[in-house]
Amino acid sequence: MEKLIIAGREFNSRLFLGTGKFQSNEQMKQAILASETEMVTVAMKRVELDDKEDDLLNHILNPNIQLLPNTSGVRNAEEAVFAAQLAREAFGTNWLKLEIHPDPKYLLPDSIETLKATEQLVKLGFVVLPYCQADPTLCKHLEEAGAATVMPLGAPIGTNKGLQTRDFLRIIIEQANVPVIVDAGIGAPSHAAEAMEMGASACLVNTAIAVAGNPVEMAVAFKEAVIAGRRAYEAGLGSVGHNMVASASSPLTAFLNE
Amino acid sequence: MKLKVNDKEVETGATTLSQLSQELDLPATGIAVAVNQRMIPRNNWNTHPLNEGDSIIIIKAVCGG
Repeated sequence: MEKLIIAGREFNSRLFLGTGKFQSNEQMKQAILASETEMVTVAMKRVELDDKEDDLLNHILNPNIQLLPNTSGVRNAEEAVFAAQLAREAFGTNWLKLEIHPDPKYLLPDSIETLKATEQLVKLGFVVLPYCQADPTLCKHLEEAGAATVMPLGAPIGTNKGLQTRDFLRIIIEQANVPVIVDAGIGAPSHAAEAMEMGASACLVNTAIAVAGNPVEMAVAFKEAVIAGRRAYEAGLGSVGHNMVASASSPLTAFLNE
Repeated sequence: MKLKVNDKEVETGATTLSQLSQELDLPATGIAVAVNQRMIPRNNWNTHPLNEGDSIIIIKAVCGG
């Protein structure tokens, strides 16, 4: 399988993991290990002064894993730049999952603020991976602004509805000169496999693994689905027919009949 | 003097950010601090003066997708 390269860094795994919604840090850690992911997202929160809970990062960090802080909670480009600077300082990485979704009901990304923030953050030296609408034109603008990847959504965050945007994802993948990572809405390994078969560079999965009956087993299932989908893409899928007429895969003559 | 730390009022004798960090027993890694909406790199905490009413934000990592 071809290696994924983002901003000069090689990734052996094309599955990225979010760390939200796990029942415990230990369960999250086991799922991360089982998935063999090399990119893991975290969010930020204000420290509670009296609270001495252990540092989440201790459960995540290892030399193979690129930490990807997100800007969840910001409402516009200005807040995103501020959050990015905090993240860079706290976690020692200039990689950033830019997400600006001011609407708390559907958590859909604000395209205008996302583009604005991408332009500013690239100038400030960040490696910007923007979560965005599955809008091919927007994705071109993000790429031109210097985004390291684009991360269009399959469906709203946490809905597990799969690739509702598949036709637009196809166009984005066809046009992109940066890796396309399908983020949000992937609810089952089959969804991830489909995205990879379409030529997506990677998938970012969180809820579907974290809330599974057995998150560690589900992490393995997603790992295998992403590999299968990618292998299929690289092998070249046979074309899909548009009518119902069958095409034999075994010879129909030269056996019982002359 | 009085400061706001993560929206909570804090009475402190600290006059610099590094003194405040000691007073609050902040961890050595994994956090970032902003004063009045400006991120202050750890290297500058020693010299960064605090003033009455400053608003301080301290953040750390939390689970998220």
